[in-house]
Amino acid sequence: MSTQQSVQTPSMHASLQVKANAERERRRAARRRQHIFYLVLLGLAMVAPLMVYPVFLMKLLCFALFACAFNLLLGYAGLLSFGHAAFFACGGYITGYMLSTYTGLSTELGIVAGTLASTVLGFVFGVLAIRRQGIYFAMITLALAQMVFFVFVQAPFTGGENGLQGVPRGHLFGLFDMQNNMSLYYFVLAVFVLGFVIIQRTIHSPYGQVLKAIRENEPRAISLGYNVDAHKLLAFVISAALTGLAGSTKTVVFQLASLTDAHWHMSGEVILMTLLGGVGTILGPVVGATVVVTLQSSLSNGPLGEWVHVILGVIFVACVLLFRAGLVGWVEKLIKRNFK
Amino acid sequence: MTLVFGVPLSVLFGQLLLGLINGSFYALLSLGLAIIFGLLRIINFAHGAQYMLGAFAAFLGLNYLGIDYWLALLLSPLLIGLLGMGIERGLLRRIAGEDHLYGLLLTFGLALILEGSFVKLFGVSGSPYPMPELLKGGHNLGFMFLPTYRGWVIVAALTVCFATWYMIERTRLGSYLRAGTENPKLMQAFGINVPLLITLTYGYGVALAAFAGVLAAPIYAVTPGMGSNLLIVVFAVVVIGGMGSIMGAIVTGLAMGLIEGLTKVFYPEAANTVIFVIMVLVLLMRPAGLFGKEA
Repeated sequence: MSTQQSVQTPSMHASLQVKANAERERRRAARRRQHIFYLVLLGLAMVAPLMVYPVFLMKLLCFALFACAFNLLLGYAGLLSFGHAAFFACGGYITGYMLSTYTGLSTELGIVAGTLASTVLGFVFGVLAIRRQGIYFAMITLALAQMVFFVFVQAPFTGGENGLQGVPRGHLFGLFDMQNNMSLYYFVLAVFVLGFVIIQRTIHSPYGQVLKAIRENEPRAISLGYNVDAHKLLAFVISAALTGLAGSTKTVVFQLASLTDAHWHMSGEVILMTLLGGVGTILGPVVGATVVVTLQSSLSNGPLGEWVHVILGVIFVACVLLFRAGLVGWVEKLIKRNFK
Repeated sequence: MTLVFGVPLSVLFGQLLLGLINGSFYALLSLGLAIIFGLLRIINFAHGAQYMLGAFAAFLGLNYLGIDYWLALLLSPLLIGLLGMGIERGLLRRIAGEDHLYGLLLTFGLALILEGSFVKLFGVSGSPYPMPELLKGGHNLGFMFLPTYRGWVIVAALTVCFATWYMIERTRLGSYLRAGTENPKLMQAFGINVPLLITLTYGYGVALAAFAGVLAAPIYAVTPGMGSNLLIVVFAVVVIGGMGSIMGAIVTGLAMGLIEGLTKVFYPEAANTVIFVIMVLVLLMRPAGLFGKEA
């Protein structure tokens, strides 16, 4: 290495400098394009409720955040959790309980409470589950989530089979009435953007790079001196917290927290959203959530309503067999092939 | 009446019997999972659905073809086992070289398809399966009443479990299977047809699940959802036992059933969760599982 450098003439050095500058410039331009793309998306999201029923859009945003949080774990840390329904439901139940019990509590405090509860639950799950890898990790998270499900069935504050119904939406910061769907929509959009930015920052931080290194080659990361378990645990806790945030927000939107949220079908659905959209892509989970939620609500009114689970199962099988990169991964490949 | 810790002895034995029956099902199912995992390195998420298919095959056979319980006990595992081999050949083989998690996801999708179709065709609530004539009634053992069918379930399940153990640990075919678990490439180099072995293994694991399904049909109602909830408990059992040993899977399954039965007597509120709690304790103290080797 050092001999090579000593051989370099000043002019070679300068040309390298130019190349590096060009590379930096290219990256900056790419980032600028990406920012513009996100701003356009945000603009579309701002005007969307004028055309589409806002409650449906809010459902989309909640599930998109849920899938993004899940993708942080599967796509960037390589951990397949089969128990994320537990965090989604935990956030929902705690928020529902707080808002119904303490009337007058402002909306955001209810959501913060639910998110905190999910964070703690995520820590407990994480400490236990990261003791095993791969398939065992999936089975352990599934079993723990099933335990949480039974707790929610029996616990005194969850309303058993009925769940918590008619949860008041409250006032945001004690000022803005959230009963109005339009004002609530912009609040939910803000929550989604917050969660999305947190995930973005996490992925692109040095911490995110270490996470990817662990996913690619865990023994190597250990030998480089990284505390692999701590990194995995932090990823798990962040993912659980944001999942709880999504669940809490969902409870505020529908004024309902029920056992459906805690059922393992929900854990399966979020996996499907992520897989369909593209594991390890930033927008994949958003696309996947949009497709799955739209599919569910359009099927539920039609003659195929009772076949929803079968159709989801078929998509699952098709994704694994034929379409492992997901929709976004597929589009990215298409763009790369045709435009570069 | 004799009391143990304030509980009548007959109640205690009754619950222990129920626990032993549940344990037999846990043992049969976790045994199947362990065999499949050993060679294919996937967790068969469709195991619960295949257990349900076994029960439904017996139920439909009785109602439409007049196939009685005893014949169903033979035919249903055979039929569902063949179906399993088809699944292995047609679907699982395509992802054999990929990350093992894809196997889990694929079989999860299959489970959704199977369960969803049966819910659509037969409804959620399901139907009862009549008890075979020969096994009706029961015996008074003095300290408790033993319904004949329940006794039969335990005997049948244990017989099949130990026959499987014998086949794997003591026969030539079993030695191929164990060798294939250790090093499939070397096996193939020795001229053994590993792809066929894999197909047969998956088929056998699925047939075990179907057999458990037929055994369960007269006790529990035959419903589309009967397998999935059971399967999650079996996953916990598998984590507790570790998938390294055949005998380990059997023993852990039975023990967890008994513990669940005891919990029902002394602290019924926790009966649903006790196995998961044990899983947590095992993870804290012996993460590889009681009989497991760290992979």
